[in-house]
Amino acid sequence: MQAKKRYILVFVSCAFLAYCYFGGYRLKGAPHRPRRAQHESAKDGGVQPYAQLPNYLGSHELQPLSNKTNATVKRTVACRMETCFDFTKCYDQFLVYVYPPEPLNSLGAAPPTSANYQKILTAIQESRYHTSDPAAACLFVLGIDTLDRDSLSEDYVRNVPSRLARLPYWNNGRNHIIFNLYSGTWPDYAENSLGFDAGEAILAKASMSVLQMRAGFDVSIPLFHKQFPLRAGATGAVQSNNFPANKKYLLAFKGKRYVHGIGSETRNSLFHLHNGRDMVLVTTCRHGKSWRELQDNRCDEDNREYDRYDYETLLQNSTFCLVPRGRRLGSFRFLEALQAGCIPVLLSNAWVLPFETKIDWKQAAIWADERLLLQVPDIVRSISAERIFALRQQTQVLWERYFGSIEKIVFTTFEIIRERLPDYPVRSSLVWNSSPGALLTLPTFADSSRFMPFLLNSMGAEPRHNYTAVIYVQIGAALGPNAALYKLVKTITKSQFVDRILVLWAADRPMPLKKRWPPTYHIPLHVIALGGNGRGTAGAGSAVGGGGALPTSRSHNAGMGAATGDSPSPANSETLTDSRPSISQRFLPYDEIQTDAVLSLDEDAILNTDELDFAYTVWRDFPERIVGYPARAHFWDDSKNAWGYTSKWTNYYSIVLTGAAFYHRYYNYLYTNWLSLLLLKTVQQSSNCEDILMNLLVSHVTRKPPIKVTQRKGYKDRETGRSPWNDPDHFIQRQSCLNTFAAVFGYMPLIRSNLRMDPMLYRDPVSNLRKKYRQIELVGS
Amino acid sequence: MNKCLINHSRSPPHTRELILNCLTYALFTIVTLCGIWLLWDVSSIQNFMSDKKDTMVLDLSRTQEVVLESDSEQPRARNVNCTFWDCLNIYKCGQNEHDKLKVFIYPLQEFVDEKSEKVATTLSAEYFQILEAVLKSRYYTSNPNEACLFLPSLDLLNQNIFEKNLAGAALATLNFWDRGENHILFNMLPGSAPEYNTVLDINTDNAVVLGGGFDSWTYRPGFDVSIPVWSPLLQHYHPPTQFSRDRKYLLIVAQLNLLPLHLRTIRELSKKHADQVLMLGPCEGTDLALRCTRTHHQKHLEYPRILSRGKFCLVGRSLRMGQPDLLEIMSQNCIPVVAIDNYVMPFEDAIDWSLATVRVRESELHSVLRKLSVISNVKVVEMQKQVQWLYNSYFKDLRSITITALEILESRIFPLRARSIRKWNAISTNSRATFNPLFLPSLSPKSQGFTAVILTYDRVESLFLLIQKLAVVPSLQSILVIWNNQRKMPPHLSTFPSISKPLKIIQTSENKLSNRFFPYPEIETEAILTIDDDIIMLTTDELDFGYEVWREFPDHIVGFPSRIHMWNNVTMRWHYESEWTNQISMVLTGAAFHHKYWSHMYTYALPGDIKQWVDEHMNCEDIAMNFLVANITNNPPIKVTPRKKFKCPECTNTEMLSADLNHMRERSACIDRFSKIFGRIPLRTVEFRADPVLFRDNFPEKLKRYNDIGSL
Repeated sequence: MQAKKRYILVFVSCAFLAYCYFGGYRLKGAPHRPRRAQHESAKDGGVQPYAQLPNYLGSHELQPLSNKTNATVKRTVACRMETCFDFTKCYDQFLVYVYPPEPLNSLGAAPPTSANYQKILTAIQESRYHTSDPAAACLFVLGIDTLDRDSLSEDYVRNVPSRLARLPYWNNGRNHIIFNLYSGTWPDYAENSLGFDAGEAILAKASMSVLQMRAGFDVSIPLFHKQFPLRAGATGAVQSNNFPANKKYLLAFKGKRYVHGIGSETRNSLFHLHNGRDMVLVTTCRHGKSWRELQDNRCDEDNREYDRYDYETLLQNSTFCLVPRGRRLGSFRFLEALQAGCIPVLLSNAWVLPFETKIDWKQAAIWADERLLLQVPDIVRSISAERIFALRQQTQVLWERYFGSIEKIVFTTFEIIRERLPDYPVRSSLVWNSSPGALLTLPTFADSSRFMPFLLNSMGAEPRHNYTAVIYVQIGAALGPNAALYKLVKTITKSQFVDRILVLWAADRPMPLKKRWPPTYHIPLHVIALGGNGRGTAGAGSAVGGGGALPTSRSHNAGMGAATGDSPSPANSETLTDSRPSISQRFLPYDEIQTDAVLSLDEDAILNTDELDFAYTVWRDFPERIVGYPARAHFWDDSKNAWGYTSKWTNYYSIVLTGAAFYHRYYNYLYTNWLSLLLLKTVQQSSNCEDILMNLLVSHVTRKPPIKVTQRKGYKDRETGRSPWNDPDHFIQRQSCLNTFAAVFGYMPLIRSNLRMDPMLYRDPVSNLRKKYRQIELVGS
Repeated sequence: MNKCLINHSRSPPHTRELILNCLTYALFTIVTLCGIWLLWDVSSIQNFMSDKKDTMVLDLSRTQEVVLESDSEQPRARNVNCTFWDCLNIYKCGQNEHDKLKVFIYPLQEFVDEKSEKVATTLSAEYFQILEAVLKSRYYTSNPNEACLFLPSLDLLNQNIFEKNLAGAALATLNFWDRGENHILFNMLPGSAPEYNTVLDINTDNAVVLGGGFDSWTYRPGFDVSIPVWSPLLQHYHPPTQFSRDRKYLLIVAQLNLLPLHLRTIRELSKKHADQVLMLGPCEGTDLALRCTRTHHQKHLEYPRILSRGKFCLVGRSLRMGQPDLLEIMSQNCIPVVAIDNYVMPFEDAIDWSLATVRVRESELHSVLRKLSVISNVKVVEMQKQVQWLYNSYFKDLRSITITALEILESRIFPLRARSIRKWNAISTNSRATFNPLFLPSLSPKSQGFTAVILTYDRVESLFLLIQKLAVVPSLQSILVIWNNQRKMPPHLSTFPSISKPLKIIQTSENKLSNRFFPYPEIETEAILTIDDDIIMLTTDELDFGYEVWREFPDHIVGFPSRIHMWNNVTMRWHYESEWTNQISMVLTGAAFHHKYWSHMYTYALPGDIKQWVDEHMNCEDIAMNFLVANITNNPPIKVTPRKKFKCPECTNTEMLSADLNHMRERSACIDRFSKIFGRIPLRTVEFRADPVLFRDNFPEKLKRYNDIGSL
């Protein structure tokens, strides 16, 4: 090897080695620090690398505290329920007091109340929340219209601070609720500028933002327009549930834009998304007096496009509807889109959606971000057909249950506040977000949804077994040994599903002695005397059968005075002030009813055991509906311009009378504790129509018709001549009841059905021995 | 080398040359070896970039030391007005993949003060696990430029054990700090004596705080995340899967650091109701895993095991809002009773705590027993199940907690990906719990009518007859003929019977049974009548009425031929039965109405290989459809009208051909097979069928709407 080459080689090698020694670290990473050596050993040992690290929490952190420590930090700035609400007023009941209209005073005559605020007050005053006694009230509602606090608006009420100061129970707003739709005014539309100090009052306000909302205290409500109905209102526009929806447009918006000022950027840039094919987003600058002066160079072009589309048509024909913020965060469009079943795409950063604490809007709306406006088309295109299908249905559920009318919005607000009370049970998110919703699910009935008829299928549960037969005795015809009532009891006793029998004695005649009743063997028989004339509801004795397996151990207390100690179970019977006992008592939620199924019977019902058992098995598959025998129908009578009621044999029916029907125990509770007192009063005064009302209630809850089983139509013992059913007035009364009920509900909840349920081999030309329900075959119509 | 040495000894004249040569070679060899080693070392970093780097980030031996200068600036104070909408830079998110959250982790660093040489924070085992969980999750990215969120490796879990000012200064030195934008800071114990702030007490500017002790005053809704306070006791503790049903105490109070005021209340309660309330205090020594009764004879009890003896366990107010007791209680499947006003429960925007906890206001603590005793046993069991499921899904270790927190952040940033509250809270192990996708509570409109989908192979004659019969059904909207024969072209449209309703023919590319359930875009109605080409006996009234029934039960299968499944005690198998029985559990799709959504589900969402299996065996598609619908809705099918004979109206039912027997055996096997795949028999047996209201009534026929209802 040549020396020269060799030296070069040696030199290069040395240089390389030197580099390796000094510079190689840089390729490997950070220098090795000796102080961490212990961790390396831990790692080599196969132990988790953090094993050597100290715990973040030392035991001293959890030691008992000395008596001196006090952790509460007082704040006075904002409000929470604990600091600004007096719970002691709400222990027993949740009642709302509405201040009377202001008298004429130094401020002059009271300002007129806007139509919407009047509707809010009416809804409260006619509801079960209302009390006229301020001492009993938990919540106070102002008589001063605070809906519109835009000082430029014509509905703006002046001098509110001094008006508030005059209120006798104001107390810096404690336990008050203030409804508000608009606050602030041009140019900044400040959310908190109400023009008065709401103090410790709960704000139920539209267009709230995350920052202004007092967590767990204020309630965000939707913005509704001036013609919003007090009750019921329009149903959701989605009639058909097509999959996929196949709407003409994917995304639509038609509305004003402001060119300048707060909240204008989003709407001003919407034209970027407009393509005229599946995305129609058109705006106009044409609003206000001086729009010409403010217009920018897009206005003319925008206006041209704007006029090509109709707002309603867009709503109906679009899958998604853009709901961008206006000057304020919320807009009418939100509810309009919801009703139309057009899935809202929200472009309103920091807006607290209505009732957000309870309603899971992810199931009904799409959140977009104003900052990412241009991504909106991609977002809506990426949503799967299944998701759209679910979202659209959910818009309808929410609309119908919480937003359809002012009454629903106000009641939902109250229920949200009510759930914060210490003694009131909290409904789960599942209840809130599925039909029939929280307003119709009274959590005081039971703490688990298992005891309710609605969510059983989605929980994979079934109603509890067996039924309680409740016989309502109104006439009390002379009871021979073959009396219909005794026959009925005998029939029921033979049923394999009966749990116990309850006889509600509302007749004037004295109750028969215990030995007269047919033996019921192991099935307990309770006879409860309902207050007849002069006896008063409160004093109604309850005679309870022993319920032992031996017939001799049954003891009926036939005497009125010697009640066996059980006080009448539901306390609510007193809510009816009339001294006359109401026929609604047959639907009281008696404690004796311990099964989910209630078989409601009239004393003269003639049914055989197979019929009872069959109807019960049908009911088990439709526990949320009324399942029974006597069917009736309602129809719209054009000549009278009113609802008609018919008991004729028709090809359809919409009512199944509770003279012989199964329904869920929960409806007794709902009937007694939820129905408007106006309705109950109608029933009490007419001593009639309670069965129609029950049908309206159940259809209102389920939005489904009742179910008629098998052929039997005549279910009354014809021999009982004294039946009020034979009275022609009785029938006319029922017709007028129907109309009253529809008026109070705000719509006609009844729904028609065209089918009846028969046993599988019913009237089939096969051997009778093959049939399970043979007795039914023998029943004629 | 040896050779060199030998040469060296043998030939002295060339000694110098040889020595030099040898040295050169030796040097060269060493250099080469060094080079190879070095190359290997470097390449190993590059080759195993993905997994090697992961561990490198958390390599404790490579912690960098950063010296904080004494005058280094503090970040700005926590911005209390932060909302998701203005403090989080959304543009950093979803850069590479549109809807994936990416989190960058700063490498481990140790911040030391220049003067005092104090360390800003010491890394704890818990924080290490949190970092590790993020690192190993799908959220991790090593590239700060594509990261949406930044996670400092600075351990801020417990405010008591770090220097407030140093930690603040350390945050400010982070490379991408930028006023804390998009930074997430985990903290479990915030505040320190005496005022015990409920949020991390250092200057965090715009950073998101994932805090363990928020109250509603400090929590920035939609921006911060409330996390649970981890209990080190649970670190190596694996709760049993089964707990004893015997829970002796109604309420157990084992929290050591209750406020004295509440402690007194509880003590009084436990004195008055000694059989219902168990009150535990600390034992001598500091072992937290032991608790002692507060009576005279101190009994040492193993904690948290003892909590499994109570139905309810109290988490009460202490100096801080969040307490590790909550998780300890949940780990024992005890139902937490939370008596901390204004406490923001962990993950409260996702978890519905009302299903699993009881909340009591602090001022009502004295009446807690009254509140607990009225809770029904059913509810208690429901809550226990919920507690156990929540604990196992979201709280069982630091990894679950970290991932849940990140998922909540992700669902804010990409709301489209977000799970609904129902999905967050529905116990996923309950196979019977379902969600009916057809939940619109209204009848379907009559106006739309139905689409008849006829699957046919080559029976043209009977097909034409069927088309003619169908065409006169008033509620029929259109007919779709699925021509499943590839060898033969369908007859020309002109040869089809001329009808007044639209008719379309689709020729399939493969003879598959599942073609009858394909959700063709040509089907414009909600309702589909699937009908075999030989079902020609159904009358107009029957079909019209069938549609009417479907309208009332749009989420059910509504149809004519019915079957039943039964358990055979001899063969110990499911058995398929076509006898005319009093019960049915299936309605065959040879003549049945269903919602188009079910066709979609059949095509795209049948579990297992059922669809493929059905297509291969050319059988049981109708059973599969019944399983599918029943499994999703828990609803039974509905049989309409008495008709039972379909295939050959002449033959009586009792004559069973051997082919038929085979057929039945095959179908029984289908039920067995499907029930294994579905994990249960979802079918529901019913005893009713739907008839017109005036069916068989003694009533003038002409006044009946559906009077042409055949028998059998």
